[in-house]
Parts: sequence; structure tokens; C-alpha cells
Amino acid sequence: MSNVVQASDQVTIEPQRPWAVKRVVRATNAGRLALFAALAAGITLVSPLANADGWALAFLVVNLTWTIATAVRLGAKERRDAIVRVVVSSLAFLAFVPWLSIFISTALKGYKGLYPGYLFNDMRITSYDDELTFGGVGHAVVGSLIMVAIATILTLPLGILSGIYLTEVRGRLTFMVRFIVQSMAGVPSVVAGLFIFATVVQSMGRYSGLAGGIALAVLMLPTVSRTAEEVLKLVPDDLRSAGYALGARQWRTALMVVLPTVKAGLTTAAILGIARVIGETAPLLLTSLNTNGFMWNPIGGTLGSLPTYIFAMFMYGSEFSVARAWSGSVVLLSIVLFFFVLARRLGGRSEKRAKAGVGKAARTSVGTK
Amino acid sequence: MTTVETPTPREMTVIYSRADRIFRGIVTAGALTSLLLLGLIASFLIFRSAGTFREFGINFITGTEWFSDGFREVGDESRADNSVFSIGPMIVGSLVVATIAMLFAIPLSIGGALYIEFYAPRSIYRILVAMLDLAAAIPSLIFGLWGIEIFTSFGVRWATFLNDRLGFIPIFSVEFENFGRSPFVAGCVLASLVVPITTSVAREVYSRTPRDLIDTCYALGGSKWGAIRSVVMPYGRSGVIAGAMLGLGRALGETVAIYLMLNLVFTYSYEILDSTGGNVASMIALKFGEATDKEISALIASGLVLFVITLIVNMIASNIVQRTTPRA
Repeated sequence: MSNVVQASDQVTIEPQRPWAVKRVVRATNAGRLALFAALAAGITLVSPLANADGWALAFLVVNLTWTIATAVRLGAKERRDAIVRVVVSSLAFLAFVPWLSIFISTALKGYKGLYPGYLFNDMRITSYDDELTFGGVGHAVVGSLIMVAIATILTLPLGILSGIYLTEVRGRLTFMVRFIVQSMAGVPSVVAGLFIFATVVQSMGRYSGLAGGIALAVLMLPTVSRTAEEVLKLVPDDLRSAGYALGARQWRTALMVVLPTVKAGLTTAAILGIARVIGETAPLLLTSLNTNGFMWNPIGGTLGSLPTYIFAMFMYGSEFSVARAWSGSVVLLSIVLFFFVLARRLGGRSEKRAKAGVGKAARTSVGTK
Repeated sequence: MTTVETPTPREMTVIYSRADRIFRGIVTAGALTSLLLLGLIASFLIFRSAGTFREFGINFITGTEWFSDGFREVGDESRADNSVFSIGPMIVGSLVVATIAMLFAIPLSIGGALYIEFYAPRSIYRILVAMLDLAAAIPSLIFGLWGIEIFTSFGVRWATFLNDRLGFIPIFSVEFENFGRSPFVAGCVLASLVVPITTSVAREVYSRTPRDLIDTCYALGGSKWGAIRSVVMPYGRSGVIAGAMLGLGRALGETVAIYLMLNLVFTYSYEILDSTGGNVASMIALKFGEATDKEISALIASGLVLFVITLIVNMIASNIVQRTTPRA
């Protein structure tokens, strides 16, 4: 045959993507949506609809009307598909709006109270409704960090142990443990607070940061256990087999091959747990309460924290104290965001490493004897 | 014909060394801590609330009065303690608010999950997933703050509209036209709090739909909606239900957001636009501050009721999750 391509021929084949949406089509779609947005804005101005929610409703109606009108030409299947696309997108939009609104409104309302000293001052000599250039959130950040540290110290070992149990030991209680961990994730935070109040606070005779930390630990344990399990599951069985083949017993394989491989992933587990509990308010209202000054002693009495700071400021209700609550929220959200980004970066790296099966520690700790 | 002799698999035995047995013992003990903890919580709550249940019996669940005889001095036996504790309206309130929240949250999260997995441009897929996880980490306190300072104005407008048009239906009628602190508005805020949780579970389940099945659907001439309806949705149904149950558990146990959004009123109220309501969790936080010893016991009893309700909901959810997730 004449059109057989010889190996020596320099034939480059451009990959084709005939299904890709053309740029023209994409631009037309965007333009159409922009037009609809403007139209919806116009409708909102002249009709009883008002504000952002009214605009969103008008936009949805315009979009749906257009879709149905143009879909008349299509078959029943395509018409339904087009309508569902609009409905699903609108639902998703509605689902996303609250969080966007929270981020934006926290930033807009909170920036007023932020000044360089805000992170380093406390409220000892500042009244809640003083000007925003006095006082700060330093004591609350310190208190929160102390309690979260206590919670982490308590839960990280337990979480890792339960992860190892579920992935390495796989005893008879595997199903039970997994079930209990998942159910525990649903214990209401206020119940955890009540429990710690009835045990730790009442037996110590006073509210304390330690009690708050333990209450947070109760809430943090399920998150850490579950994430640790997920992470350990990613370790390929080849690594374990390699450990056994080298003559290592199960405990050595688990401690010196499996665990080092997922070190970063276990850190992620801890950080996700921290991000989950650092904003918990209800248990702290029952166990550690609030203070206005710096305090470093976790067993010396009530210990302030960011959530209780925000709560107290908001409940006080004056103009400046509510502004302080928003500024505190900015700090709290920033901390959550920081831990979250950290967890994602570490998690991404550990996942890659576990999948590649090349834990550096795994290679060095077993292979060299 | 030749018979092929199939070799019988060799029996494998595992012999654990002493070090291994110690290791396994320690790990098992660590794993059982959560079991122990859950048991401890339950038994402590039961132990501390026994007095309340003995005194008020079933009335504690059905009654409508919460009165703490606070003026009576400690040890003052000159007159009887007239405290009455019961949480009927709060249980109903919890259910009402959580139901409203789930009515909004379920369609929103199914829509959100479908959009992220099947409609969103690939370029923003990762961003959306990250945002979803982040949203699930926003503290409920901030949801409450946002709800009362930002959302209320919108919620009140919707509530007014509902009352104007549908006021003849009993649940939409009101006594006073003041919609700001109604279960409806609180339910909306609770919905936005629950949506990230249910959406991320639903998305995860949908993303595990076998690609082959979807492609088969397209190959047979199905549209995207056809594939979603006939493959993705049935495949993910139990996962979505489990996610919704987890969300429901969260909604039932929510404290601060409801504390900030609702006036606690101890009467049975089914008018979702009226400014009365409450739930068990926020009541515990509210009454805790100045509680007497006897009241603390009653609060712990309320905590036990809440604990049992959410535990049942969550056990159903995790049971569904465990039965449907493929074993690793």
C-alpha cells in the first residue's frame, strides 16, 4: 500500500479534540450570560424584586426562559438536558453563595478593627466598647492555641493508634471501631462540653483551659482517626510485603516502614483536626469561659479563647464591640485558612509519595542492615 | 479428556512473635479508646441525669415549663423546691429548625455536587473542591454572626413574602409580624451551615461512579442528564442519604448559631415564621450560665436526650456509609 508511513518519515500528528468547546462558542455563552445579568438587573430595578436575591431570581427566570425558548427546536431529550443544566447550575450557585458572602462580609466588617497592635494586646484595660484602636485579641489567640495544643497532644497518638488498628492490625473489632469513630463524629459539641463540665470541671472545682482542651479533644478524635485511617490506606501493600520479606516483624514494618512513609499525611490529620475544633464555641462556653487578659496557665482558672472572645463581644452588643467581634472573626478565619492550606500542601505531597511508594525514611530505616 | 488437577491452596498461618503481640495489644487498646470514651460519655450523662428523670419522668420530655427555683438558698429546707424542668418545646424546636434546614440543604447539595463533578469547567474543579472543604471548616459561630448581621435582612424579606401569600396556611401564619428571629430564618442559616457537609459527601460518592458506566450511557446516545439520572444518581443514592443524615445530625446538635438566631420560648410552636422557637443544644448553652445544681442535672438530662437523638441519626448514617463504601 502506498500510504503506509515509514518509520523514517517525520510525521507529526497533532492531537485533535473534536469534542472541545470552541472558543467562539465559549465567548458567545459568556456574552449571553452577561447580557442576562444586565437584563436581570434592569428587571430588578423596575419590578418589586429588590436586592441581590431579587436579582438572582430574575437572572434564573431569564436564563430558564431563554433555555426553554431555544430548546423548543430540539428533541425532548436535549431539551430536558438543557433545562437540567440551568437548574443544576443555579442550585450550585445558591449553595456557594453563603460561603462567599461569609468570607466577603467578614473581611469588609472586620478590617476596621484591625491595627498592628490588635494581635498583641489584650482587653485587660480596655472596655468592650472602647475605640477600636485600643485593646486586642492577643490573649484569645494564646488561649485558643494552648487549648488546641492540649487537644492535639491528647488526640494525635490515639488517632494514629486507631488508624493503625484499622489498617495494619485489622483485628476482630475493625468494623466496630470504624463504626464508633464515625458515630462519635456526630456527638454534638455542647454535649461534649457538658460531659467535660460534669467530669473535669466539677472534680477540679474550677473552669480551666485544660478542661477546654479535653473537651476539644473529644471533638477532634474522630476527625484525626478517620484522616489517619485514610492516609494509612494509601500506603501500598508492596511496601509492607517488602518489610516482611526483609524479615521484619509486623511491629517493625508498621513502625519503621508504614508510619514514616505517611509522616506528612499524619501531620495533615492533626492539622485538619485543629482546623475543625479551633472555632468550636459551645464546649468552651461550658468549660473554659472567657478572660480579658493574657493567661498562660491552662489549669489556673478561666482561659479566654478566640471563639468565646467573638461570642462575648457580639453579645455585649455595642457598636464597637460588635466590630471587635467581626475583627476577631477575621483572625479566626485566617487561622482556619492557614491550617487548611498547610494541611492541603502537606497532604498533597504525602499522597504523591505514598502512591509512588518511595518513602525516603522507608528506604533508609530497613534497607541498610 | 484430560482432567486438570487443581492444586489446593496451601494453608497460611500467621505466627505473631511476642513483640508483635505486645504491639497489637497496644494498638488495640488505643483504638478502643474511642469506644471507651463514647461509653463514658453515655454513662456519665445517664448517671448525672438520673435524678431529673426520676423526679419528672416522661414529663421531662413532654412538658412545657422550665422554672428554676433560684431564690431558694442552698440548704434552705423551710419551703419546698418548686423547680420544674421539661424540654418538650425545645425537642420540637430542634426538629422544626433541622427539618427546614434539610429541606433547603438537600436539593442545594445535590445540585452543588452534580455541578462540581459533571458541569463545572475542569479548570475550576480543584478550586471548587478546595473551597467546599474549606467551607466545611468555617466555625458555626461565624455562620451565626453572618446569619444575624447579614442574612436576616434577606430572610425577613422571604418570610414576609411567604406570610403575605401563604399566610392562610397555619404554619405560615404569625401572631406578630416580626420575622427576624423566626425558625424559618434560622433554618436557612442552618442550611447554609449543613450544605458544605452534605455536598462534600455527595460529591465524593458521585465521583466514585464507575467511568465506564457513564461512558456506556453516552455511547448509547444518552445525554448528560440521562447519564446522571440513570447511572450517577442511583449509584450515589445511599451515599447521598448518608450525607444528609450526617448533616441532619449536625443540624440537630447545632448550638451557637441557633443561640444567636432564635428567641428561646417554652411553648409548642409550629408557626415557622413566628419569632418563637429554640433547640435543645442552644437551650443548654443559654441556661448553663446561672444554673443551680438541680438545674445542671436537668441540663445534663437534656444533653442526654440530644446525645441519644444525634447518636441514632449518626449511627444510621455511618451504617449506610459502611455498607456502601467499597472495602479497601
